[in-house]
Amino acid sequence: MIGRRRYAALAAGIAVTLVLSACGAGGRPDEGEGGGGAETGVTETSVKVGAHFPLTGVAAPGYSEIPTGTQAYFDFVNAAGGVHGRQIEYIFRDDAYNPTQTSQVVNELVLQDQVFAIMGGLGTPTHSAVVDFLNSEGVPDLFVSSGSLLWDQPQENPMTFGWQPDYEVEGKIIGQYVAENFPDARVGLFLQDDDFGRDGELGARRYLEDQIVGAERYTPGNTDVAPQIAALQAAGADLVIGFNVPSYTALSQLESLQLNYRPQWIYSNVGSDPALVGSLLARFSEGAVTDAGLLEGVITTEYLPGVDQPDNPWTQLFQRVWDEHGGEGELTNFRVYGMAEAYTFVQALQAAGPDPTREGIVEAIEQAGSTWEGPWAAPFRYSPERHAGISGVQVTRITGGTTENLTPVLVTDNGDVPITEGPGEPAQPPADGIPDVPPVS
Amino acid sequence: MSQETREAPVTASPPPAGGRLAGLLRWRPRSTLGRHALLVLAALVAVVLVLELTSPFRNSQFATMSYYAIAAAGLTVLTGLNGQISLGHGALMAVGAYTTGLLLGEEGDGALPLLLVMLIAAAVTALVGAVVGAAAARLHGPYLAGATLALAVAVPGLAIYFDHVFGGEQGLRIDSPEVPGWFDATIYFLFAHETPGAKYLAYLGWGTLLLVLLLLANLMAGRVGRVWRAVRDDEVAAELAGIRLGQVRVLAFVVSAACAGLAGAVLGVVVRLAAPSGFTIVLSLGLLTAVVVGGLGSLAGALLGSALLVFLPPAVTNLGIAAGLDGTQAAQLAPFVYGVVLVLVMLLAPSGFVGVLRKVRARRGSSRRTG
Amino acid sequence: MQQFLNVTLTGLGQGAIYAAFALALVLIWRSTRIVNFAQGAMGMFTTYLALTVIEGGQSYWVGLVVALVAGLVLGAVIERLVIRPVEGGPELNAVIVTLGLFVALQALAAILFGSTFRSFPAPFDLRGFTVGGVNIAFTANSIYVIVAVVVVMLALVVLFRFTDLGLQMRAAAFSQEVSRLLGVRVGRMLTLGWALAAVVGSLSGLLIAGGSLVFPAYMDAVIVYGFVAAVLGGLDSPGGAVVGGLTIGLLLSYVSGYLGSELVALAALAILVAVLLVRPQGLFAHTAARRV
Repeated sequence: MIGRRRYAALAAGIAVTLVLSACGAGGRPDEGEGGGGAETGVTETSVKVGAHFPLTGVAAPGYSEIPTGTQAYFDFVNAAGGVHGRQIEYIFRDDAYNPTQTSQVVNELVLQDQVFAIMGGLGTPTHSAVVDFLNSEGVPDLFVSSGSLLWDQPQENPMTFGWQPDYEVEGKIIGQYVAENFPDARVGLFLQDDDFGRDGELGARRYLEDQIVGAERYTPGNTDVAPQIAALQAAGADLVIGFNVPSYTALSQLESLQLNYRPQWIYSNVGSDPALVGSLLARFSEGAVTDAGLLEGVITTEYLPGVDQPDNPWTQLFQRVWDEHGGEGELTNFRVYGMAEAYTFVQALQAAGPDPTREGIVEAIEQAGSTWEGPWAAPFRYSPERHAGISGVQVTRITGGTTENLTPVLVTDNGDVPITEGPGEPAQPPADGIPDVPPVS
Repeated sequence: MSQETREAPVTASPPPAGGRLAGLLRWRPRSTLGRHALLVLAALVAVVLVLELTSPFRNSQFATMSYYAIAAAGLTVLTGLNGQISLGHGALMAVGAYTTGLLLGEEGDGALPLLLVMLIAAAVTALVGAVVGAAAARLHGPYLAGATLALAVAVPGLAIYFDHVFGGEQGLRIDSPEVPGWFDATIYFLFAHETPGAKYLAYLGWGTLLLVLLLLANLMAGRVGRVWRAVRDDEVAAELAGIRLGQVRVLAFVVSAACAGLAGAVLGVVVRLAAPSGFTIVLSLGLLTAVVVGGLGSLAGALLGSALLVFLPPAVTNLGIAAGLDGTQAAQLAPFVYGVVLVLVMLLAPSGFVGVLRKVRARRGSSRRTG
Repeated sequence: MQQFLNVTLTGLGQGAIYAAFALALVLIWRSTRIVNFAQGAMGMFTTYLALTVIEGGQSYWVGLVVALVAGLVLGAVIERLVIRPVEGGPELNAVIVTLGLFVALQALAAILFGSTFRSFPAPFDLRGFTVGGVNIAFTANSIYVIVAVVVVMLALVVLFRFTDLGLQMRAAAFSQEVSRLLGVRVGRMLTLGWALAAVVGSLSGLLIAGGSLVFPAYMDAVIVYGFVAAVLGGLDSPGGAVVGGLTIGLLLSYVSGYLGSELVALAALAILVAVLLVRPQGLFAHTAARRV
C-alpha cells in the first residue's frame, strides 16, 4: 500500500488543486438566468425559433415540406420589417420521426442554439419525448404539429400549446358522420400504435362503439401492413377509419389492392393529402394503378384551405408568399399548414409586445389566443385553463383530384361536449398578408 | 561497443542516479490496484476541471460520450481480450435502459435511489448476458456475428410487442434525476457555479465511467484477464492447460453485458427516454467502430473511440454543409466516414490507434536502446 | 382458411427472395469463406441505381438490367479492392470489413439518393387474384418474383454443373493450392464468385422493392433472415440455401400473420439459435462436423 509519506504528499497535492480552483472561482461572474439581461434567443434585431421535423424516414413524405412553408412565411414577414422590428430566425432539424433523435436535436436547439422558443415540433411519439425537458427548462413549446391530447395539459406542461384540431375532436366528428350516414356499417380502425392512434380511437368509439368490429395497429418504420389489412378484411369491416401518417395511407391502399379489399376508407386529416399519396401510389404499378383511381371516394376532414381551392383568398395569399419566398417545388397543402402555423406565431409574437419574454408569450397566448383569426376553420380554445388549438373540422370527400364538402364546419371539444355547427363566414386575410395583433397589456 | 540493456528494477524504488523521472516514479504505489486508483483519481480531477469550464451543451456531449465509453469498454474487453465479436451490444444497452425506465418511472416516483436502480440495471443485463453468452459460447467468427446481429434486430421488436409494459414505439419516458443538495453545495463552494441538469448528468456518467474503467483495468491485469487472452490466442492449448472454455467465455460475456447495462442506464437518464429507435443496428455497429478504431483490447482505445463517436459527427456534418451538401445529406456523412474508416483501419492498421502508438513507441524505444 | 392460404402464399413469395439472398451468401462463403454482411447494402445500392434510371423515364426492365450489371461490377470491385487483403486472415477482420462496407454503403446511398421513403414500381399487376369468390393475396407480381428466382437459380446450376468456368470456380473454392497447380486463375475465380453473388443479391433487392417503399435501410432485416436461411440450409450447400430460404419465408409469414409482425425478428433469432445449437452444420451439409 502507499506509504505514509506518499499519502501525505498525495493529500497535499489534491488540496492544492482544490484551493487553486477555488481561488479562480472567486472572480468568475455568476452563471445562470441572465438577471437583468436580454431573454434567451432574443436580441434587439432578431428572435430565434427552433423546430424538429422528420426530414428523413417513414414520415418524411409530406411532413418534410411543412418547415419550408413556415420558412417562406417568416421570410415574407421579415421582408416587411419583422415583428416589433425583429427578424425571425428559424432553425429546424431532422429527427427522422425517431423519439431518441428528437431528444438529441431539441437538446441542441435549446442548449447550443439557445432558441427563444420551439414552434411546431412535429409528431406525437417524437414530441412527447421532449415535452418534459422543454417545460423544465422553461422554453415555450408552441403550436405542436400534432393532434395529441398531450399538449393540452396546462397544469403539468404550462409552456406547451397545441394548434391543430386534436385527434379526439376529429375522431368524434368523423364518428358522428359515420353513425348518421353509415348506420349499418361494420367499422374497422387502422391506427398508429401510439398516442396518435389512441386519441383518435377515443373519439371514434364515442359514437361508434357498437359498430366497431376490429382495431389494428401498425408501428411506424415497419412497412409490412399485410397482417393488419388482412385482419380487417377477415373481421368483415366494410368501412375503415385510419389514423396514420401519409406513407401508411399509401401502404394500406396498396395492400388492400393486393387483397381485393374495397371498404369505404376514411383517413384522418394528417394522412390524407391526395397529391402526396397519389404521387406515392402512381409509381407502384407503372400505370396499371393510377393515382386518382385509388383515392376516389375517400373521406377525410379539413380545417385549412387547400391548393385545390385557388379562389380562396387565403390560398391566394399563400401562393403569393410561396412565389416570392419559397424554395423548390410547388405550393402544397403541407406548406400551407406550415404557413398557417407561422401566421399564428407572428400573432403570438405581436401579442407578446415589444419586449418579448418566455413567460410573456405564454401569457399572451392564454389571454388573447382564442380571439385570433386566420385561415383556420374554427377558433382556438386557448385560455389559462386550456392549451388546446383549433376546435373543429369539416368532413370532406376526395373526388376527381379535389375535395367536396360533405358537412359544414363542425365544432366540439374533448369529452362529452356535443358537436355543433361552427361560425358562419371564415375570416378574410389582411391586405398585406401580415396579422396585426395588439400587444397584450 | 555494445551496451548492456539495464534490467528494469523489480521493486518500485529506482536506482539513485535515475534522474527526475525516476525520482517521481518513487511515488508510484506498489500494487496494480493502487496504480490504477491513482490514475483514476487524477482523471477525476481532470474531469471536474473540464466540466466546470465548459458550456452546458459541451457537458451534454460529455455525458453522451460517457455512456458510449462504458459500453465500448465492455465491448473491447469481450472482443479484444476474449476474441468474441458481438454486434448485439446495442440490444444489451436497451435492456439496461428499459430496466431503468421501468424502475424509475415517468415522474421519478419509483422510490428507489438512482444508484441502486443503475446497479439493478447492470445486474439484469448481466443475467441476460449470461444467457446470451451460454448460447454463444460455442460460436465463432461470422456465426457469432450473425447471431448477435439477429439479437440486435430482435430485441426492439420485443419492446414493441409488449407495448403495454414497454411503451411500444413511443418508449418509456424517464425522469431526469434532481441534482442532490450536497452536490450542488460542494460545487458552488469550490467553483461558484450552479449545477444545471446537463452538468450533473455528465458528472454522473463520468463518475460511473471512471469506476468501470478501474474495475476493468484490474480485471484485465489480473488472472482473469490472462485466462481470457489465453482462450483468445489458442483454444486448444488453453483447454489442455485445464481452462474451461465455456465458463470463461460466458464470464467475459457477463462482464461485458454488465457494462452495457450500466451504459444503458446512463443513456436512459441522459436521453430521458428508452425507445426502440434508440437502439438500432447503427448503435451496435458504432460501438464496434469505436473499439476497432481505438484499438481492440485497450481501454484507452475505447475512450478514444467513444470521443470520436460523439465529437466527429458534428465536425463532419459542418464540413459537409460547408462543401455544399444540405443538412440531412451532411448528417449522413458521419456514418459514411465511420464505415470507410472501419474498412481502412482493418486493411491498414488492424490493431487500431492504440496499437499503432504502441508500435511507434516500441520502434523508438528499441532504436534508442541499440543506439 | 382464406387467411391460411394468404399467409402461405405470401410466405412462398418472400421465401423465394430469401432463398435468392441466401444463395448469394452461400456463393461467397464457398469461394472465400467469408459471410458478406454487406450483401443487403449492395443490393440496396443497385436498386437505388435502378430507381434513378426508372425515374429518368426508362422502363422497369431497363432498370433491372442496370441493377444487375451494376451488381456485377460492384461485387467484382469490392472483392478485388477491399476483401482480397483480408482473405485468409483472422475471421474477425473479414467480418469487421464487411460490416464497415455495410455502414458506408448505406450512408452513401442516403447521401446520393436521399433518405425519404420512395415508392418502387412493380412490373406486373398488384391486384390479387380472385378464385371462386375467395380473394387470395397472390398477384401477378408474385408469380414474376418466383419465376425470376427460379430462372436465376437454374442459370447458376447450369453454370456450375455444365460449364468449364463453373468447374474452375468450384475447384478454386475447394482447394486453392491444388487448383493453382492445375492452372486455374484462382484470384479471378474468387472475383467472379463475388460478382455473381452480387448479381443475385441485386436481384433479391429489386424483387423486395417492387410494389413497396424503399429507403436506405430497407434491406437490413433481409440480411438477418437471409443469414438464418443460409445457416438453416447449411452455409456450404446452395440447394440448402434455397430450401432454407423457402422454409424461413413460410415460418416467418406464419409468425407475422398469426402472432404479430413485431415478433418476426425474434422468431428468426429463435430459429437461428435452435439450428446452431442442435445441428450447426445445417440441414444439408456435406461435411459431417462443422466448426461454427
